[in-house]
Amino acid sequence: MGEALTKKNRFLSSLTEGNSTHSYAALKELEHLDFPNRKTEDWRYTRVAPLINKLLRQSAVRPETENFYIPQLQSHKIVFSNGNLIKNEVADNNRITIKKLETSDLLLNSQASIDEIFTTINTAYTHGGIYIHLDKNTILEKPIEIIHLIDGQNTFAQIRKLIVLEQGAEAQIVEGYYSSETGLSFTNAVSEIIVKDNAKLHLDKIQFESEEHWHINSEYVYQESNSNFTINTITLNGGTVRNGLNISVDGNNCETNLNGLYLLKGKQHVDNHTKVDHKQPHCTSSELYKGMIDDQATGVFNGKVFVREDAQKIEAFQQNSNILLSENASMNAKPELEIYADDVKCSHGSTTGQFDDEALFYLKSRGISEKNAHALMAAGFAEDVLVNVTNEFIKLHINKLLKERFNWEL
Amino acid sequence: MLRINDLHASIEGKKILNGITLEVNAGEIHAIMGPNGSGKSTLASVIAGKEEYEIESGEILFNNEELTELKPEERAREGVFLAFQYPVEIPGVSNINFLRTALNEKRAHQGLDPMAAKEFLALVKEKAALVQLDDKLKNRSVNEGFSGGEKKRNEIFQMAMLNPKLAVLDETDSGLDIDALRIVAHGVNTLKSAENATIVVTHYQRLLDYIVPDFVHVLYNGKIVKTGSKELALELEEKGYDWIKQELGEEIQA
Repeated sequence: MGEALTKKNRFLSSLTEGNSTHSYAALKELEHLDFPNRKTEDWRYTRVAPLINKLLRQSAVRPETENFYIPQLQSHKIVFSNGNLIKNEVADNNRITIKKLETSDLLLNSQASIDEIFTTINTAYTHGGIYIHLDKNTILEKPIEIIHLIDGQNTFAQIRKLIVLEQGAEAQIVEGYYSSETGLSFTNAVSEIIVKDNAKLHLDKIQFESEEHWHINSEYVYQESNSNFTINTITLNGGTVRNGLNISVDGNNCETNLNGLYLLKGKQHVDNHTKVDHKQPHCTSSELYKGMIDDQATGVFNGKVFVREDAQKIEAFQQNSNILLSENASMNAKPELEIYADDVKCSHGSTTGQFDDEALFYLKSRGISEKNAHALMAAGFAEDVLVNVTNEFIKLHINKLLKERFNWEL
Repeated sequence: MLRINDLHASIEGKKILNGITLEVNAGEIHAIMGPNGSGKSTLASVIAGKEEYEIESGEILFNNEELTELKPEERAREGVFLAFQYPVEIPGVSNINFLRTALNEKRAHQGLDPMAAKEFLALVKEKAALVQLDDKLKNRSVNEGFSGGEKKRNEIFQMAMLNPKLAVLDETDSGLDIDALRIVAHGVNTLKSAENATIVVTHYQRLLDYIVPDFVHVLYNGKIVKTGSKELALELEEKGYDWIKQELGEEIQA
């Protein structure tokens, strides 16, 4: 116990050296919280001990970010370099606010969990944040493009986002997480997202950091009536990646779409935890997570759906499909439904298998090499998820990263 | 072009082919007929290189090269084509992308550059018209949601695109209505030349009214037990496969 406490404090003080806190309440919470260990059910397959043993630091170095913009995409650009907000293109419309996040911003900390340690570290010691606010009925014409670049010098980047869409507002946001070099670093990102009555948010998240990188991403989404929230989480690289999506659906007639694609190799470990809490009736939520896992990589999918007692006429669908490409690859999938209402339609399914031999032979019998046959089938497998990335330039960009990562020549 | 000598093959320890000998020359059409379970589809799969089958003895020479030493994709690039009895559905892989990859791999093997996009699309248009393949099917996922007839026409469309030296059609006629059968046969006949050869594997004589064979072979218990002209197919149709069995029985007794 004493040793664990020392480790925790040593790790925390290395992260926060020289920074004063933004939230004494969070700081107080931190005293009571421990890092998850193998007994923590929610983190059973993702071990954080190797991270906690490291000494990290915040960095004022700003790696060059120009090369990381999505080609041809017309967008409002926001750039974080090693966790520092370095570019913030103010929208050309006074109904849209995009600015540095201040502790005084209303609704900050209204959604984030206080009993999850990484979120609370972020709340206590955020050093870079952005606030995006769309006034009532404001439709964003161009997407907001957020680039996160981090080096590999034991850097610790804490990023906080607060995104508020007022009634009837619509926006598309694409986030890209990249490394400027190999080497260990740690990104701890927290987003609070509020989608008000009849508003619509589409979020594409691309994760492409180095194979040594740690990435913990926690999203807290609150949906009001008639709102629509879609997130596509596309994980193409990264050492240990943990995505925690927490969606609170607190209004009638909402639509929630959570899609994920993870293509892993080497020793990567990617963990997607989703939680959809249906508190009100007449809503639809749909989840599709697909993964392809090679070498000694491991994947985790845990999808929780709660349907509260008064949340009748809910339709909640969840599907997780995995392809293992090597004998040493593994996948842990766990869907969890907790339903307290009696008039609902809920389904979940999870499959883990290999590529279809008949299909491989069919492709090869036309002269296609094994490598290209795999690439074609992998791209086909991914397409089910990527079809939800509706912006063609973003999709082209993802496909380009995919080809780079897996040396596909097609 | 193709010379099969005393070929024995098995799957999971079960012997299927018991000494096939067959010679197919350029410009010829051969029909292989036989009752269910006689080894027709196995022969087609073994020529294409399906890995599950084990070649126990014998040889398959394709233009004097031992085919069994080549991988399926290498055989295809050399000019072997199998039209599948059950074309496989491949979700998410577009028919066009699939064909472009196949064609360009074959061209690379021949030392040619990838085909220019414009030229490729013109070729697609020309060959799709040959089997009246709907425009929208070309952009859909391979065989996904295709009707039975569309799948078979898609096989012949691929054959037209890849222009093989040896085409093996595995029960391409099964389950086709007469209109689809005519379209498929028209495609095959149009593609026929003095430089290529076709092996038609079928259970029914009907197809051979439209694709007229130079030779008909009857396969039974993994062996070619009878070879004749196109009239043999008519005789089989009339007398049924039991006739072959009886005739064989008599031979054995004699």
